[in-house]
Amino acid sequence: MSGTTGEIINVTIKVWRQDGPNSEGRFETHPQAITTDASFLEMLDLLNEHLNDQGHEPIAFESDCREGICGTCGVMINGRAHGPQKATATCQLHMREFADGDEIVIEPFRAAGFPIIRDLAVDRSPLDRIIESGGYITVNTGAASDANLTPVPKEASDQAFDAAACIGCGACIAACPNSAGQLFTSAKIGHLNLLPQGQAERWKRTESMVETMEEFFGSCTNHGECSEACPKEISLDFIAFMNRDYLKAKVKNRALTGQK
Amino acid sequence: MNPLINAKIPAGDIAEKWENHKFSMNLVNPSNKRKFEIIVVGTGLAGASAAATLGELGYRVKAFTFHDSPRRAHSIAAQGGINAAKNYTNDGDSVHRLFYDTVKGGDYRSREANVHRLAEVSVNIIDQATAQGVPFARDYGGLLDNRSFGGAQVSRTFYARGQTGQQLLIGAYSALMRQVAAGTVELHSRAELLDVVTKDGQACGIVTRDLVSGEVTPHSAHAVVLATGGYGNVYFLSTNAMMCNVTAAWRAHRKGALFANPCYTQIHPTCIPASDDFQSKLTLMSESLRNDGRIWVPNGKADSRSAADIPETERDYYLERKYPAFGNLVPRDVASRNAKTVVDEGHGVGPLANGVYLDFSAAIARDGLDAISEKYGNLFDMYQRITGENPYQTPMRIYPATHYTMGGLWVDYNLMTNVEGLYAIGEANFSDHGANRLGASALMQGLADGYFVLPYTIGDGLAGQLGNDPVPTSDPVFTQAVAGINDTNRRWLATNGTKSVDHYHRELGRIVWDNIGMARNKAGLQQAVTDIPALKEEYHKNVRVLGSADTLNQSLEKAGRVADFFELAELMARDALQREESCGGHFRDEYQTAEGEAQRDDENFAHVAAWEWNGEGTDPTRHQEELTFDNVALSQRSYK
Repeated sequence: MSGTTGEIINVTIKVWRQDGPNSEGRFETHPQAITTDASFLEMLDLLNEHLNDQGHEPIAFESDCREGICGTCGVMINGRAHGPQKATATCQLHMREFADGDEIVIEPFRAAGFPIIRDLAVDRSPLDRIIESGGYITVNTGAASDANLTPVPKEASDQAFDAAACIGCGACIAACPNSAGQLFTSAKIGHLNLLPQGQAERWKRTESMVETMEEFFGSCTNHGECSEACPKEISLDFIAFMNRDYLKAKVKNRALTGQK
Repeated sequence: MNPLINAKIPAGDIAEKWENHKFSMNLVNPSNKRKFEIIVVGTGLAGASAAATLGELGYRVKAFTFHDSPRRAHSIAAQGGINAAKNYTNDGDSVHRLFYDTVKGGDYRSREANVHRLAEVSVNIIDQATAQGVPFARDYGGLLDNRSFGGAQVSRTFYARGQTGQQLLIGAYSALMRQVAAGTVELHSRAELLDVVTKDGQACGIVTRDLVSGEVTPHSAHAVVLATGGYGNVYFLSTNAMMCNVTAAWRAHRKGALFANPCYTQIHPTCIPASDDFQSKLTLMSESLRNDGRIWVPNGKADSRSAADIPETERDYYLERKYPAFGNLVPRDVASRNAKTVVDEGHGVGPLANGVYLDFSAAIARDGLDAISEKYGNLFDMYQRITGENPYQTPMRIYPATHYTMGGLWVDYNLMTNVEGLYAIGEANFSDHGANRLGASALMQGLADGYFVLPYTIGDGLAGQLGNDPVPTSDPVFTQAVAGINDTNRRWLATNGTKSVDHYHRELGRIVWDNIGMARNKAGLQQAVTDIPALKEEYHKNVRVLGSADTLNQSLEKAGRVADFFELAELMARDALQREESCGGHFRDEYQTAEGEAQRDDENFAHVAAWEWNGEGTDPTRHQEELTFDNVALSQRSYK
């Protein structure tokens, strides 16, 4: 195999470089010729190969599956989390979305809750802390009854799935002017609270996850940028659902239901 | 029997082995479990489920992932589904049938006892995952839905849209995070295993590098579990994630663990062909597309007309022609090999002539656009995003790509390697799929090992160690291992050659793909055994790794992984060379039937080849574990 199938375009890459969490950052500019069939991250791979050849350290950026499902990748492209194409993670974005002569500004996800590690890589571990605080159903291995013992209405299951489709990339937080974590948190709460299996811990889970979220992230003021940036198009309805459940959790007399 | 490879298969009837074994194993009582420390490396389906379950049981677990979060592991990308012998569809499925299909699908190169146990616990996995909130597909009555998958005549595949792996991993990850919160599991993220440490022949810990700070740290435990996935990225281009690698398994191999059947690799027939020289990975298009798509190439060679301009009479629907009974639904290995044949003969399509057509026009004409969109809409969209072509209007172009590796660390029935206290689970071991894995069986095996097998068998190994403290990390075995890693890192940074790690990885991948790919032959394999070490030598002399070892340095991370791929690749070539038969994913040109099908040699090769590392520059030793088939009759597969 040799050659390429696409058209070659010349773009100017303006990319954020930062040596470490406490170093000062700066923009670097590099010209790059690239086939329109390449993915955005393959364009960065190629740029890194050139940098390495010239004795410059490659740009640190994260990616893994490159199929839009693992949630590892994610950068700001021309000011938008995951770039210009709707419902598309950075790794699924292709260069045919750009034109010859374009300047492309690449920055890390920016949020107080996501400190920069190096260049375009950020620390998103607060998302794990939110899950740890209640994003599960308590069932030990081996304790489960037959899967068909509890029918789950198809609609509930489908809606739970819509929430569970979240890939945990953090684009919602990067896109939000307040760096709020509502869309991510509500997706996980919605997934579990909509299912019969999730009812036993519903109120405790909601309270705990929302309050953990608030330790790391800003407040939601209903801009909706999160859902717009979400590569899985998670709906704002889940935020409303979470807010209702949080309110209910706060006003319920939970001593009687055993969910303190 | 070779003392290195005692499989420890329990005696008795196949259906009673696991039950009897569970009863005869030593137990660790609940209050003693907290006295044991267990290291689990990897947090995909196998690792996360194992770490969570061991934590629930009361062991003190340290879980390691080199990702930023356990949820990123590549199990997440599995699309199709997970098999289980539930027989909810009442179509004649049973534990025995799942067992039978898996042994046959593996082309009679797997261990009967392990596969039977896998089929037995498959039903518990569905229960467990459902209780965790995994949103499997359901019918309108609220009960679980099933579909059929390749290699089976029953519907036993549970699925969650096209994201079954993602949903199962989120389930296992949430169980893991619950144990992290409970304090039974200590989670180390962005920590990559760089060495396995043994003392007096017993695994006693690992050495990791913190990928952010660069710090190299020893960790000790009573047992070490590797759940570190497969090695498909040895081909450079594969459907694996960018970071998937063989390093953990390989470094265990260098510490004495046998590596079994490295030449058994699975090439998936329906992936999007590469579009340029610096393509970083290949994307899988679900196998389900072959239910409605027709595969063809032009009759003529180097035909550059567009698909629409090629009349029906000038098209070769080669699978339908050669396999009238199965047509486009032949198993993965058969479909892949045939695509390679027609492309090699010059019939390839697309700008680089490196694909075959998968054409939906007949299905669209028959069922309507809406019906096809309903079934495959998300896949069609993904295809269009990647290629810029609309598959509703023009046929998809597909070509096979490396997808899964059946080979891996040799383990006994308890999933322990030949190194005492070192276990391997999930794709990292070799045990259940023989020479070919059936669709929807990888998720099943990962979770079976992690939830339901290892948590039992590891107790048997630990019981005898009660009262022993783990080897302290101040012991010379640890300090030497740490010093070794630091030395190696310094060497990479000091090499200061001219080419990047990726450059050499790509070159290695070309050799492996050309010679140890879909079809292998003696001359090519001998060539690979020569070419790989030559390129490896150049790699070590001429690679350029910039930056420092004290920060996030992705080139440095890759340098070590690619070094291990070089050594593995050489072993794959040797293994393929010595297996003078064709079976499953291992097809030798010299061993085929008159019709061009894989020809096994059961008399001489019904065994596992388990390789022993003898040090750099010394040939490895090939050990054999004989396979016996008491419950499934060996037969030649035919799909005509």
